[in-house]
Amino acid sequence: MTVEAPVISGSSVVKLARGVRLREDSVRGRTVLLAPERAMALDDIAVAIVGALDGNRSLDQIAADFAETFEAPVGEIAADVMAFVQELSIRRMLEVIE
Amino acid sequence: MTETLTLAADTGRDSRVPPPMAMLAELTHRCPLACPYCSNPIALMPAKEELSTKEWIGVFEQAADLGVLHLHLSGGEPAARRDLVELTQAAASLGLYTNLITSGVGLTAARIEGLADAGLDHIQLSIQGVSPESADRISGYGGSYERKIAVAGWVADAGIPLTVNAVCHRQNMGELDEMIELAIRLKARRIEVATVQFHGWAERNKGALLPTREQADRASQTVAEAREKYQGILVIDYVPADYHSTYPKACMGGWGRVGLNVTPSGRVLPCHAAETIPSLSFDTVRAGSLAKIWYESEAFNAYRGEDWMPELCRACERKTIDFGGCRCQAMALAGDSSATDPVCIRSPLRERLTRKADQLSAESSAALIYRGR
Ligand code: SF4
Ligand code: SF4
Repeated sequence: MTVEAPVISGSSVVKLARGVRLREDSVRGRTVLLAPERAMALDDIAVAIVGALDGNRSLDQIAADFAETFEAPVGEIAADVMAFVQELSIRRMLEVIE
Repeated sequence: MTETLTLAADTGRDSRVPPPMAMLAELTHRCPLACPYCSNPIALMPAKEELSTKEWIGVFEQAADLGVLHLHLSGGEPAARRDLVELTQAAASLGLYTNLITSGVGLTAARIEGLADAGLDHIQLSIQGVSPESADRISGYGGSYERKIAVAGWVADAGIPLTVNAVCHRQNMGELDEMIELAIRLKARRIEVATVQFHGWAERNKGALLPTREQADRASQTVAEAREKYQGILVIDYVPADYHSTYPKACMGGWGRVGLNVTPSGRVLPCHAAETIPSLSFDTVRAGSLAKIWYESEAFNAYRGEDWMPELCRACERKTIDFGGCRCQAMALAGDSSATDPVCIRSPLRERLTRKADQLSAESSAALIYRGR
């Protein structure tokens, strides 16, 4: 069968797929990302990245915006964003818009 | 940046009991299908003893307060409950990640729309085979295959994410490649390939369903190849044949550690098959709170920690990985629910199990005994 997995690059625009959502877990005092059979506890950076996946900005734009807000080197931030987004994509937790 | 949450994080070596992550609500035992591998008990709960709509919603509220994140609506066939949409709505409004585990029979396009509007997060649809002949033969229900294909289409139309559940056994393991491809065609994001386990009704069909060692090895290889080939397209979760494995599974992620089951009449179990352990008695949500049952009941505390473990497991470095294996399997195969799971290579009973498994999986004539009602 020939089906293509989405290829993700800096120009990709993505958002969380339906059935994947952030939730405050008040019992454990954490923010969790919920997906079928999975609950991932996110740290503050991961929460910020997930929050930025708005289906409008490209990953490059998101990294540039973070670099400005946090006054950090854009290359490093872009690598962090990309690694995390790739991980979500392999788990089928993302919708690739373009 | 992330960690898979299975326990109250940060508790380290703290021995306090963590709150549960997941609850399986067996809404009903009623089911139109007759799968020979059904793991529900031989004696089913009649409809008149099922919890009412109000009672279930009360249980969901308690579960959410207790820290449950994932709620699985299951059965039997949950669509046999007329209040399924109402229950889904209540669960979703509590913030529970709500998943419907269904055979598809009893769902219509309109009902699936209703579930989507009610906030259902995800559906798991079982398939029994890749053609009407093979699927309907296993489910014992004519037309089930066509119905499932239609249901998958309606689920996709409604935008609800789909997982295909495939229980594998000697009769259909040769179709595993095709089941994986069917899942992709049905637009599933995920497939759960679970080798049959012999709890409940399935016990009677061991001779017909136990895969051969060669089949089990080939299935593991098929899964490994498909994972690579379909990375980013289909997530494959896989439960290998434990009779042919070296170490047992950590059943339920450990007794009373991760999840709980509520039966149609409201009995709260640490695992689906726990009622097969005769020394335990189980409390019901009609008589006590879920929190009290989770934290304090004898049944939930029976196999927590390691005090109950046989010396073999207590001295073993894998005890934090598999917790000594499945208690119900120890009961069934060793006649002792506190024994090391006989699947474990270190168990003195393992050799006998291997001989038995080879003998059972060589039976070519064993007929299917369909799930009785
Ligand atoms: S395994 Fe088959 S018969 Fe048993 S409850 Fe599930 S669908 Fe019904
Ligand atoms: S001896 Fe017990 S803890 Fe060790 S692998 Fe076997 S079942 Fe698991």
